[in-house]
Amino acid sequence: MPRSLRAVSILAMALVTGLSACSGASRPPAAILPEPAAPDREQTADQQVVHLLNRLAFGPRPGDVEKVRAVGVDAWIAQQLHPERMNDAALESFVSANYRYLNDKPATLELRFPPPGQIQNQAAARGGLNRADSARLTGSQAALRQLTMEVQSARVARAVIGERQLHEVLTDFWLNHFSVFDAKGPRQRYLLAEYENRVIRPNAFGKFRTLLGEVAKSEAMLFYLDNWQSQADANRPRLAAIPGRGGRAGATVGAGVGRGGRAGRGAQPQLPAQIRNGGLNENYGRELLELHTLGVDGGYTQQDVINAARALTGWTFRGAAQGGGFQFVPFMHDAGEKKILGHALKANRGIEDGEQVLDIVARHPATARYISFKLARRFVTDSPSAALVARAARVFTETDGDIRETMRSIITSPEFFSRAAYRSKVKSPFEVVTSAVRALGGPGDPTARTAALVGQLGQPIYGHQAPNGWPETGDRWMNTGAILNRINFGMFVAAGRLQGVTPLGFTDADILRTATTELQVDGVIGALLGGDVSPDTRALLISGENPLVRAEPSPARPPAGGGRGFGNIPPLRSLPLVVGLALGSPEFQRR
Amino acid sequence: MQRRFFVKSGAIALATMGLSPSFLRRAAFGMELPAAQKGKVLICLFQRGAADALNVVVPFGERAYYRLRPSIAIPAPTGAARSAIDLDGFFGLHPSLAPLKPLWDRGLLAPIHAVGSPSSTRSHFDAQDYMESGTPDVKGTTDGWLNRYLAASGTCEQCAPSPFRAVAMAPQTPRVLQGNAPTVAMDSLDQFAVRTGGDAAARLEALYRTGTPDIVHGAGNDMFEAVKMLRAANPQRYQPENAAEYPRSQFGQRLRQIAQLVKSNVGLEIAFADIGGWDTHVNQGGVQGQLANRLADFAQSIAALTTDLGDRMENVVILTMSEFGRMARQNGNGGTDHGHAGSMFVIGGGVRGNKVHGQWPGLAQEQLFEGRDLALTTDFRAVFAEVAKAHLGVTTVDSLFPGFTPADSLGVLR
Repeated sequence: MPRSLRAVSILAMALVTGLSACSGASRPPAAILPEPAAPDREQTADQQVVHLLNRLAFGPRPGDVEKVRAVGVDAWIAQQLHPERMNDAALESFVSANYRYLNDKPATLELRFPPPGQIQNQAAARGGLNRADSARLTGSQAALRQLTMEVQSARVARAVIGERQLHEVLTDFWLNHFSVFDAKGPRQRYLLAEYENRVIRPNAFGKFRTLLGEVAKSEAMLFYLDNWQSQADANRPRLAAIPGRGGRAGATVGAGVGRGGRAGRGAQPQLPAQIRNGGLNENYGRELLELHTLGVDGGYTQQDVINAARALTGWTFRGAAQGGGFQFVPFMHDAGEKKILGHALKANRGIEDGEQVLDIVARHPATARYISFKLARRFVTDSPSAALVARAARVFTETDGDIRETMRSIITSPEFFSRAAYRSKVKSPFEVVTSAVRALGGPGDPTARTAALVGQLGQPIYGHQAPNGWPETGDRWMNTGAILNRINFGMFVAAGRLQGVTPLGFTDADILRTATTELQVDGVIGALLGGDVSPDTRALLISGENPLVRAEPSPARPPAGGGRGFGNIPPLRSLPLVVGLALGSPEFQRR
Repeated sequence: MQRRFFVKSGAIALATMGLSPSFLRRAAFGMELPAAQKGKVLICLFQRGAADALNVVVPFGERAYYRLRPSIAIPAPTGAARSAIDLDGFFGLHPSLAPLKPLWDRGLLAPIHAVGSPSSTRSHFDAQDYMESGTPDVKGTTDGWLNRYLAASGTCEQCAPSPFRAVAMAPQTPRVLQGNAPTVAMDSLDQFAVRTGGDAAARLEALYRTGTPDIVHGAGNDMFEAVKMLRAANPQRYQPENAAEYPRSQFGQRLRQIAQLVKSNVGLEIAFADIGGWDTHVNQGGVQGQLANRLADFAQSIAALTTDLGDRMENVVILTMSEFGRMARQNGNGGTDHGHAGSMFVIGGGVRGNKVHGQWPGLAQEQLFEGRDLALTTDFRAVFAEVAKAHLGVTTVDSLFPGFTPADSLGVLR
């Protein structure tokens, strides 16, 4: 038996005999486990438990290892695949108690806190800003910031205290797959909560076609990728006459097609300039094929992009004054014939053009492969094997794009439970922060502070500008600056600087406080590092010395300055130091 | 117990363990940093929010300018403080830019007018995205043009760069530096350190110097070397020279730290900083006011940087940019709405200064883009391409700006 395990076992024995309330909590998973590993699973039974909690959850909370062990690995997976059957009342009451705007309709928010530009334009039309306008302007700006902060904060809280962990991991995956950016424009911020809570999360485990369709019709995506203003080019037939341009004025859309600020005032709709002067916008059509479905090598042409975009013309939303929400506007729709990926779309059709394009791409074999590849990369390894991807893609196709079944095939696969997959993924900033808080038993943070740390580690929530989402492999975000931030983050948490999170919040920390260094290290390894580190790491955590590393005089205090960032973190000693080292260790950066 | 600790006594020992930071490996073979050798530095400054170019480089010789902007125009030069600073009898600088006038006089400042993105977008988001990705109207580009430069010129073994080859003085890596080549983003120089005392840093370093050589350990090793390199270079010890006075603003302090990095010879080649507050829809003011205050910070900071760097400016180019210009006509709130072409400044020893570059399209109604904005006569990629070629020594810009073939030299750089 390796020394580390023996030592921890001794500790566990002491705890079991002495303090039944904490019994066995810091016992390393290796010690006792009757259930033998399934034959096609290379990971030990203990590794499987840790692996599940690191991959299908945002890391273990105190007691989680024991819970999974009690339920059994396979039963736990089966539970997590059906979040709708789980009780998550504590999380739901946290969310409803702590946020003001998360459940408000975007149109309600927009009317209550108009975009600053709109306030300015309206004021200009009346002859300039008065005092009341200035107050509204300030109020809107503050509310817009608050909207993003609430969405970010709730995202982190769901990962930290929610029970439906796999659902949340998958939601994180889809939000990155169908990425939108909060600073696209003020309007994007009204739409984030609805996008996350009504478009992505409820459909994360459903049919891919449903999810894709909900995204396509979401105001968040219509706005982010400009489809709301995409319409037939001037040389193309339209499904209906443009209001006020020869046709019956306002016949189709009533007031306020879009959001041109002044739209909707008076009987005659004043179309926003983008729509008055615009034409086809290929942006969504392109990303639909390249990023959302077929993948960049999915075998489509530029002509397919154009025709997908043409088929989706007229997919827009109502103005806030009309209640917002998706609408199809016939006069914006290109009524000509189209050909896409070998399918002919007849002339003079309406919304069914776009629906059919979504059908075609959702059921395309390249999509089955691309989505399966991305899921396997997220859940198994940065470079998943062709066999794993092919098996998942077959399930995807045979189940008509059932995400739950595709996921099941991936996360019960031998590859998922292989030795090579164990700890092979680097944690994203979101995962670093949430797993640290979870390991220490921290509560949900109703403020934006914890979420801001995710940004400080380099990937602000809803802060990726380009539509491809954050890179999904560790090599793209693991660099000099990133690792330094992670180490400082660990020290910051261990010093108790993250409000609400006590660095000694893990099980048995109270007892370890006065224990020997060896016992402290083993307890922390059990709580924070899955009970499983190399003997070298353990030795270093205990001795603090690497005999072959030349000791350099280390500054007693950090360099001056540091009002921003992580500030000045006081020197740590004893157990908090071990916690800080563990959070900053290479092992904690992996999952 | 089998111990596999890494020897830290020398780079070669590390290299044998497969864990050598790339820049140490190069140093171990006695090669010089190309960037340090050439000493060329490019400092990119982004004015986020769309600066009002017509009130920055003022076309006072254009009658239409005063007609379009009855209450916010900058008066033609009178020699007094409350008017434009004459450059060439047609263009003048906003009076808040007075700190830059000495650079003009010495031939180190080249304003470019009617320059910007060929995309007609008036979205801040899209336009910044295009200017940083270097691919107007192409949204799928995942990396920034400066990162593509770093990647293209950093692939050979000898070119293995310093960890501080590209530094953004910013909390997050800006779009223009995102991509495969390593870059560092830092809020401030003193943030680039393990922010706790005691022996935590040494113990963490020990942790990263043992174990499997993988990307996490590799990044950790690079990081600890970089932190030590910066500590040894101690850039903070460089006080501003030549009586340079930086404003106490965030922008001023970031430029001060860029100067410190330049002086400390850590291999800095590309530096980036940005400054917000240019989206002046309301009460932007004229000779005084909102825009004037912003420009004062901007100009004093840049002037301090050039003063501080002194003779080093021979090898430095400062490039300023903003995503687009603003409407030629002022709006109903004493401000300006989103427009099209804008202006840039190129500053440095290799610059053909003392001349306002770019073809002036005029401000008569029929000369305006879409009847409202300053028209575009110079693609921003032409400027970036010229800087990349003339200053950074790039031979071809195909990979930097795919699909863009720059016309012959603009003549902004020698």
